[in-house]
Amino acid sequence: MRVLKIDLSRYRYEVEDRRDLFEEWIGGTGVAVQLLKEELDPNVDPLSEENVIVFARGPFTPAYPLASKTVAMFKSPLTGNLGESHAGGRTAVAIANAGYGAVVIKGRSKKPVYIVIDNDKVYFKDARVIWGIADSLIVGRIIAEKEGGRGIRTVMRIGGGGERLVRFACVTTETYRHFGRMGLGAVFGSKNLKALVVIGRGGFKVRDKAGYNEIYREILKLSLESDAMKKYHLLGTAVNVKPLNVIKALPTRNLKSTTFEGTDDISGEAFAEFNLGRRIACSHCPIACIHLATLRIPYEGEPYFYKTIMISYDYELIYSLGSMLGVGDRDGLLRLIHRVEYYGLDAMSTGVCLAWATEALERNLVSKDETIVDLKFGDFKGYMEAIDYIVKQPNEFYRILAQGVEKASDVYGGKDFALAFGKNEMPGYHVGYATHIGYLIGLRHSHLDNAGYALDQKIGGDVKPEEIVDRLVKEEQWRQVLSSLVVCFFARGVYKPELVVKAFKPLGIETSEDELMEKGRRIYKEKIRLKVKMGFDVDSLRIPKRILETECMHGRLNEEYIKRALKYWKEKYVVS
Amino acid sequence: MPKRLVIKDIEKCVGCGLCMFACSSRRGIIGNDYSAILPVSLSGFERGATVIFCRACKEAPCVQVCPTNALVQKKAGGVIFREELCIGCGNCIDACMIGAIFRRSDGKPAVCIHCGYCAKFCPHGVLAYEEVEAF
Repeated sequence: MRVLKIDLSRYRYEVEDRRDLFEEWIGGTGVAVQLLKEELDPNVDPLSEENVIVFARGPFTPAYPLASKTVAMFKSPLTGNLGESHAGGRTAVAIANAGYGAVVIKGRSKKPVYIVIDNDKVYFKDARVIWGIADSLIVGRIIAEKEGGRGIRTVMRIGGGGERLVRFACVTTETYRHFGRMGLGAVFGSKNLKALVVIGRGGFKVRDKAGYNEIYREILKLSLESDAMKKYHLLGTAVNVKPLNVIKALPTRNLKSTTFEGTDDISGEAFAEFNLGRRIACSHCPIACIHLATLRIPYEGEPYFYKTIMISYDYELIYSLGSMLGVGDRDGLLRLIHRVEYYGLDAMSTGVCLAWATEALERNLVSKDETIVDLKFGDFKGYMEAIDYIVKQPNEFYRILAQGVEKASDVYGGKDFALAFGKNEMPGYHVGYATHIGYLIGLRHSHLDNAGYALDQKIGGDVKPEEIVDRLVKEEQWRQVLSSLVVCFFARGVYKPELVVKAFKPLGIETSEDELMEKGRRIYKEKIRLKVKMGFDVDSLRIPKRILETECMHGRLNEEYIKRALKYWKEKYVVS
Repeated sequence: MPKRLVIKDIEKCVGCGLCMFACSSRRGIIGNDYSAILPVSLSGFERGATVIFCRACKEAPCVQVCPTNALVQKKAGGVIFREELCIGCGNCIDACMIGAIFRRSDGKPAVCIHCGYCAKFCPHGVLAYEEVEAF
C-alpha cells in the first residue's frame, strides 16, 4: 500500500510504500491515527500551516461493496482536539484506483489552489478565480467541467463556510456526501485549498478468484435480501423521526422538549410521499441510501416561473434544522438544508448553534443588535438569513457563533443550554444515559460512533453506569475495526466479524475474529493516546444542564450517574 | 438473434458502479482497470446518473481506425477484440464518439464485448442481457 504525501507549502509530493502500516493497522481509522502521529505535532493551532490532514481507505476498497468510506483525520478547529470525519461518495474508490492507501496533506499554499491527483501525478492548480465562490455546488460543477476523469473521480471541495473559517465547515464530495463534522472545511480554507480532485483508474489481480466471487455474491445477497440494511433501503435514515418522537427522544427547540408537534410533516414518510425525487448511491453500493428531495420554488414576482432543486435529506438534518429549530414547514426545512449545503457547513452544528442563539435571544443574553435577525423557533426565513451571517460574519456575535456553541456560550453565557459535548454540537438523540455518556466518551463525538441511543432502547434505566461504559466501549472497539475497513456503518449488520475474516481470505490475508477484536482494542487505545497528547482531559468534559432537565426515556437524568460513568471510563480506559 | 447488453431503463440508474466493478472482476481484476462500462453523473448527481458502454455499431468507427485489425467488426454489430494484435495506439478511443472505449493501464483499450456479465450485478434493473434484433 502506498501513501501519497503532498506538501502545499513547497508544492511537492512524494510516495512511500507503507505496507507495514496497513498490515498492522488495517486501513482507514487505524492507519490514519498512525499517520497523524507521525506527521502532526499535537500542540499546533488547527488553523495553522502545521496542521495535517489524512485521508485513508481500507483493504476492502474497492474489492467489495459497501466498503467505500474515506476516513479523514486532522486536528479539529472546532474542538482543538482530534478531528475525525467519514464520507462516502466516490472518494475512497478513486483513492484506491489511483493506487494509494492514504493521502496526507501538509503545509499551506501561499495562494488559493486546488489539487488534482491523477493516478501517479499530482497537479497544483490555480484556484484564485474560484476562490470566493460561496456555493459549493457551483464550485463542484466548475471543477468537474474543467478536469478529466468523469465517472472515476472524486471532487472534494469547500464553499463559503470553509473559506471564512467557520469552525464547523465541511468538505463536500459528489454534491451530496460530506466530511461533515469537526471542521475539515475550515482546515481546507486555512490551507488555501479550495478542492481536492482524485482521478483513479487501475486495479490488481485477485489472489483467489473463485473464493472472491463467492464471498462477493454473499455480501451482495445479504445487503439486498436480508433485513440487515432494510432501513436504509426504504425510507432511509429519515425513518427515525417518528419513532424517536414517540419515545420522547427527538430534540426539539434547543432540547426544551423531546416531542415535536410538526413531526408528521417532517417525517421520513412525508418526505418520501411528497418530495422524494431520486435516489443515488455511493460508489460500489447497491443500497443507494442517498435520498434526494425535489423542491419547486416559484420565482419572486414572476408568475409561472419555477426553479426546481434537488436536496439530499437525512435524519440528522431533519433533527438539527427541523425539530431543534421548531421548523415544521417541510419546504422551509428543505430550504435550510439547501442553504447549509450551499455554504458547505455541518448541518448539526449549524442547527444547534442557531437553537442556542434563539434561546439566548429569548432570555435576553443577547439582543437583536447582536443577532441582527429576530430569531424565533419555527421561523425558517429568519434562520436562512442567520446562516448567511454565520458565513459572512458581519459582527462580533456571528464571528463568535461561527466558532461553535461552546465558544459562543463562553462569551455570552447560556452554558446550561449550550448543547455541545467535548465542544462538538450534539446529534439528534435524547434517549437516555447511554446516549449522553456515549457523546462524552465517543472518540469521534458523533452519534455514529457510540451506538448509545440503540443501547438505551435495549437496556432500560436500571443498569449500572459501569456496565453502560463497558458495553459502549466494546461496541466502539469493534467499530474501530469497521472504520478501519472503511465499511459503511449502515452495513454493520452485513459485515459481522465472521464475514470479515472470510472476506480477507481471497485477498491473500489470513486473520481471525480474535485478531480483529484485538486490533480494535489497540486502535481504540491509540486514538485515546493521541487525543490525550492533544490535550484531552476527561475531568474537563462539560455536561450541559439541559440534558438533565428535559425528560427522556429514562426519565430525568442524574448528573452523578453520568459523572460516575466518566470516572470509571477514565480509570479503566483512558491512558495518560 | 444476437444477445446484447442493453439498457432497460436508464432513468433508474443510481450511479453505484457495480457494473464497472463486475466488468474488471470478470477478468480477475479488482478495481476498474479492465472495465468497459462507466457510471457517470449527469453534470452532478442532482440530475441523476447514467452508464456509458459500447452500443454495438454495425459500422464501427473504432474498427475502421484500428491499424492492426485488433478490433474486428461483428456482423450483427459490435466488435471482437484480439488483444494480442493491439499496439495500444488509442485510435479507437478517439474514434468512439460516445466515449465508450477506455484506456487500461497497459495502454490497451477496454471495450465492451457484450458478454452480459455486468447485467447480473445491476441492482436496479437498468441493465439487461437479452436478444435484440439486428437493426
